[in-house]
Amino acid sequence: MRAYVAKRLALLIPTLLGISFISFMIIHVIPGDLVTILLGITASQNEQNRQAIIAALHLDRPLIVQYLNWMSGVLRGDLGRSLVHGGSVIGEIVRAYPVTVQLTLMSMVIATGMGVPLGVLSVMRAARRIEPAVRVVSLLFISAPAFFVGTVLIVLGARYLPTLPTLGHVPFLEAPGQSLLHMLPAALALGAAISAILLRYTRASMLEVLGADYVRTARAKGASERRVVSRHALANALIPVIAAAGIQFVALFGGSVIIEEVFALPGIGRLVVNAIFQRDYTLIQGAVLFLTVNAVLINLTVDLLYHLVDPRIVYA
Amino acid sequence: MRRAGDEEWQPEAQSSRRRPSPWRRLWRNWSAVVGAGIVAGLVAVAGLAPLLAPWGPTQLHAGFEIKPPTAAFPFGTDELGRDILSRVIFGARISLGAALGSVLLAAAIGIPLGTAIGFLGGTIDLLAMRIFDILFAFPAILLAIALVAALGPSLPNLILTIALLTMPQFAIMARGATLATTPLEYVQAAIALGASRRRIVFSHILPNVMPPLIVAATLNLSIVILVEAGLSFLGLGTQPPTPSWGGMISRGRQYMTIAPWLVVFPGLAIMVAVLGFNLLGDGLRETLDPKLYRGGG
Repeated sequence: MRAYVAKRLALLIPTLLGISFISFMIIHVIPGDLVTILLGITASQNEQNRQAIIAALHLDRPLIVQYLNWMSGVLRGDLGRSLVHGGSVIGEIVRAYPVTVQLTLMSMVIATGMGVPLGVLSVMRAARRIEPAVRVVSLLFISAPAFFVGTVLIVLGARYLPTLPTLGHVPFLEAPGQSLLHMLPAALALGAAISAILLRYTRASMLEVLGADYVRTARAKGASERRVVSRHALANALIPVIAAAGIQFVALFGGSVIIEEVFALPGIGRLVVNAIFQRDYTLIQGAVLFLTVNAVLINLTVDLLYHLVDPRIVYA
Repeated sequence: MRRAGDEEWQPEAQSSRRRPSPWRRLWRNWSAVVGAGIVAGLVAVAGLAPLLAPWGPTQLHAGFEIKPPTAAFPFGTDELGRDILSRVIFGARISLGAALGSVLLAAAIGIPLGTAIGFLGGTIDLLAMRIFDILFAFPAILLAIALVAALGPSLPNLILTIALLTMPQFAIMARGATLATTPLEYVQAAIALGASRRRIVFSHILPNVMPPLIVAATLNLSIVILVEAGLSFLGLGTQPPTPSWGGMISRGRQYMTIAPWLVVFPGLAIMVAVLGFNLLGDGLRETLDPKLYRGGG
């Protein structure tokens, strides 16, 4: 285990370097003269502003020097300043991050809370007849874009539950109950597809385990179907589901970008989308870097947890 | 109807019978048949859009703004008096075009690249795999949004970006197949006989990896439709007035409470399209992958 952790941590360094380089390059794939485009934001194309922006981003230096300059800031926790309002990029990200974390955690709770139990139920004898229905319904959920589900939820909410808030955000620390209630529709919209994905994983995994010898033995002993499923099959079947849930949790951070826009939640996703429309490239760059490092660290944590849950897994 | 879950319990009975041809097996898989039907329908709608659409997709009907579905406008009209049905029909061209374009581009770059990496091996292989790992580390939708925003929002840029982000998947599969089959006797025999690299790759290695690649491509098509819709929803894909399903939902949102048809029909179109490719991909995987006995799932 210790060797495995050490290896994973060592591999983290080149990965993070690569991520930082790609994030840095986003600003440099913009076609045309970068300074002119960046100045377009402030609409003041005079020579003084030109020189200021060149100096701020070290645009007169070779690309590699610019990268190293940016990186030395990143390593000190400084992602630069917003091109639009001059505020600190990391400050904005840190303000928005808790909203996104709350949204993804709520979606994950909803997705696992619905997907895993339904996946287990779907392999019980009684449910086997409705296999095509289970498949079509779960695929329909997977096929529905979260922003569409979210839009429909907002309208249904406005029509049938007018007292229930659907838009806007209440900080969790100010009023936890209100905060959870406000975010529920967004979390439902984001979690719906993931719950169907987890249902399919759970179902496939359960079917595989139910065919195993030790389950046949349990059945031969005369154990009830319920006991076979809950005592013998479930724990083993859930191991691959944990891996799938980890992947989906990381994907949720990507999915939150669009859903935060739909529900007007002030998270990192909305920050990125706003930055894109204001052409605030330093903010885009910083947010992409932050969210990707976030994803890498979550992946690492999930892998390590997975290793703890199932010590049989041998890594190459 | 045949229940896919049933095979789980009779794998022996299955294998003792003569294996039916892949086409027969595909035809018997309801998921593949329904999926193929939906996809064929979509392709027909996209191809015959000018014939099927009752009106032009950007044709304005003054005095008919935001009208509910009627005989003249079966899906209703939008805030500018455009026929939603015609826009949904023409939107299929954008959606399918973006999906096919980016997946074909990704496969066309990824498969040769992966095969080359597998063949060359050594440092190049190590380096390439690290780069792919790094690309996979990015939340795909986030990198897509950032890249499209940087390159400038347009359909070609969107296709290019999505192709770049899905390409590693094809490359890794092709590389895996190359590494797995190169040491096998029949490939070694072909090498010993002096077959050209080109022949080895195209006649001996790639046929082995085609089934999983076809499955991956089909499932990717459904993902790309969702990504295109999402980016167009944010205003980063197809630009107005060209009709795209995601863009229609985005602009219809503000009228949604009084005119739900503005959003519901393009939303359903996305769901049907994604469902079609998902069902087809599922069915293909079950019939093409001989290792998979398990149905459903």
